[in-house]
Amino acid sequence: MALKGKKILLGKVGLDGHDAGAKVMVLALRDAGAEVIYTGLRKSPEFIARTAIDEDVDAVGLSLLSGAHMELVGETMRQLSQLGRPEIKIFVGGTIPGKDRQALLDMGVRGVFTAEMKLADVLDHIDRELS
Amino acid sequence: MKPDAELAAADPAQIRHQQLTTPSGIPIPVFATADMHGEHRDAPGEYPYTRGIFADGYRGRLWTMRQYSGFGTAQESNQRYRFLLEQGQTGLSVAFDLPTQCGYDPTDPIAAQEVGRVGVSVSNLREMEILFQGIDLSRISVSFTINGTAAIIYAMYLAAADKAGVPRRQLTGTIQNDILKEYVARGTWIFPVRPSMRLVADSVLFANQHTPRFNPISIAGAHMRDAGCTAVEEAAYTLANALAYVDELRARGGELDSFAGRLSFFFYVHTDFFEEVCKFRAARRIWARLMRERYGAADPKSWLFRFGVVCGGASLTAAQPYNNVVRVTIEAMAAVLGGAQSIFTAALDEAYQIPTEQTAEIALRTQQVIACESGIAHTVDPLGGSHYVEYLTDRMEEEIVKLMADIERIGGMVGAIEQGIIQRRIAQRARERKIQTDNGSRIVVGVNRYCREDGAGHEWNGAEFSADPDAARSVVERYRALRGERDNHAVEACLSELSAAAAGDHDNLMPLLIKCCHSYATVGEIVSTLKRHWGEFREPTGL
Repeated sequence: MALKGKKILLGKVGLDGHDAGAKVMVLALRDAGAEVIYTGLRKSPEFIARTAIDEDVDAVGLSLLSGAHMELVGETMRQLSQLGRPEIKIFVGGTIPGKDRQALLDMGVRGVFTAEMKLADVLDHIDRELS
Repeated sequence: MKPDAELAAADPAQIRHQQLTTPSGIPIPVFATADMHGEHRDAPGEYPYTRGIFADGYRGRLWTMRQYSGFGTAQESNQRYRFLLEQGQTGLSVAFDLPTQCGYDPTDPIAAQEVGRVGVSVSNLREMEILFQGIDLSRISVSFTINGTAAIIYAMYLAAADKAGVPRRQLTGTIQNDILKEYVARGTWIFPVRPSMRLVADSVLFANQHTPRFNPISIAGAHMRDAGCTAVEEAAYTLANALAYVDELRARGGELDSFAGRLSFFFYVHTDFFEEVCKFRAARRIWARLMRERYGAADPKSWLFRFGVVCGGASLTAAQPYNNVVRVTIEAMAAVLGGAQSIFTAALDEAYQIPTEQTAEIALRTQQVIACESGIAHTVDPLGGSHYVEYLTDRMEEEIVKLMADIERIGGMVGAIEQGIIQRRIAQRARERKIQTDNGSRIVVGVNRYCREDGAGHEWNGAEFSADPDAARSVVERYRALRGERDNHAVEACLSELSAAAAGDHDNLMPLLIKCCHSYATVGEIVSTLKRHWGEFREPTGL
């Protein structure tokens, strides 16, 4: 229960409807002790940022399989900064090509996860970043 | 472009009715009843169709090879379609971008990043006309993977055919138009469940009268399967959804035998070979019995379970991606041995990107090798009579029927979906599957077994798909130009007529949707008009 006491918002941003990965992460984070808020589909970056701040979460996980990750993750981070909470940590999961993975990390994303990574490794990574 | 000539040369009806022999010269019977081991069951093409819906299997007609494709602008997709037709593909399958699927015009702020990204943007009739330029709609069958806006896209296709001078009655193809599974797995819902069911019923009933060769719905388990559920669950949820549509159509005045023969199905095939084959054999039997015995359909056409498949999806891996060609080959063979009417084989780079022309070609060639070299389509149901296949068909039938009965006990699919029950079950399955892959109890070559020590093969190193970087901009420019050029008074008049009809419950909305499309009203405008009366679906997010 390494993530006990942590509060995490998991969101589907943009129009992409593939939510199996996001839902698996909701269940896995919950099993690891975190309190998880799942937004459901089709949220705007602004909605995600506002909800993250209203709920005072420790981290935001964004799931994208539509290919629009660079723009939508960037926009979510800008919104968080504009609303005065740039320190909220961002994680990204989904279909993310190798070159974009590094670009996201360079933008300040704290972890990029793909479907073939082990859940235990993903949870460890999040735990390290949040502790 | 010479698709017509190529299609004629490959016409399966011409080559396959001749006497076939094995390479050693042994004659191949259409159906070798005399050699049956064990119990003789139903004959092919006869109720309850375990062995297939046609007496001569693929001898009379091969399956349709239908590769899903579409990206960027209508021009780019049109070029890809012409390429695929020249390569011997026998039907088109259109992939739409997410704004088109979710009912937003390309200038809508929420659509900004996704115009033309995962499919082609078609926001109005002008784009639809460009999409099919130079393609004879009276000869090529077209499949549309669209659901939330299916009735609108169907209306737009009819309007495009009208303008091209193609009689509606000649159109062939399929529109997915299966909204129930969108709430469960694919996520392109727009309106609440019940008005969405009305749109489905209106389009199916309209198609019955006006486009007799065009399938107005393809009830799909594929996306639920890819989201995590098992083959048994895929079949049970899909057949239960089909019954929900049957009930809705009957409630809206449809005569069972007038529409039941028009329903078709769409499934995933994953790599467990025998389970996939037997899933289709079992589903054919269950559907035939339901339609004939429970619903009382009199026309044998109403008993037929006709289906297309997609091979690939979640069974493919990003690691060692060339292995995916082998997986897709196994899956496509299972589809053929299960009796599929159309097959889409995914490209090996599906886990990374929209396929390049090269990987799309390999995927199509995979089917052609199976069709022309393997010989498995030479005789009907070649696996029938196998102790394992017959056992597994029976057992899957039992399990599917049992699960369908469970769903009925909780009030049927519509209620179960509104409450999020099916969504929660599938999420649990996805998690179980992930845990099994992580701990190695489910072996995935290249992912948790036979991985390279040096980590090689974990990145895509083939050609990268590149779309026109200005695609979104040119879509938006054409969209703005259209709104300046069309007769906006006519558009408004059509939309207000639609609005009045949507406020009531009585009229079939299809004629009005077609009228809107002819006036160049956009998908976004039509959806906004309907949303004012119907509101939006509220997604149950509890897990």
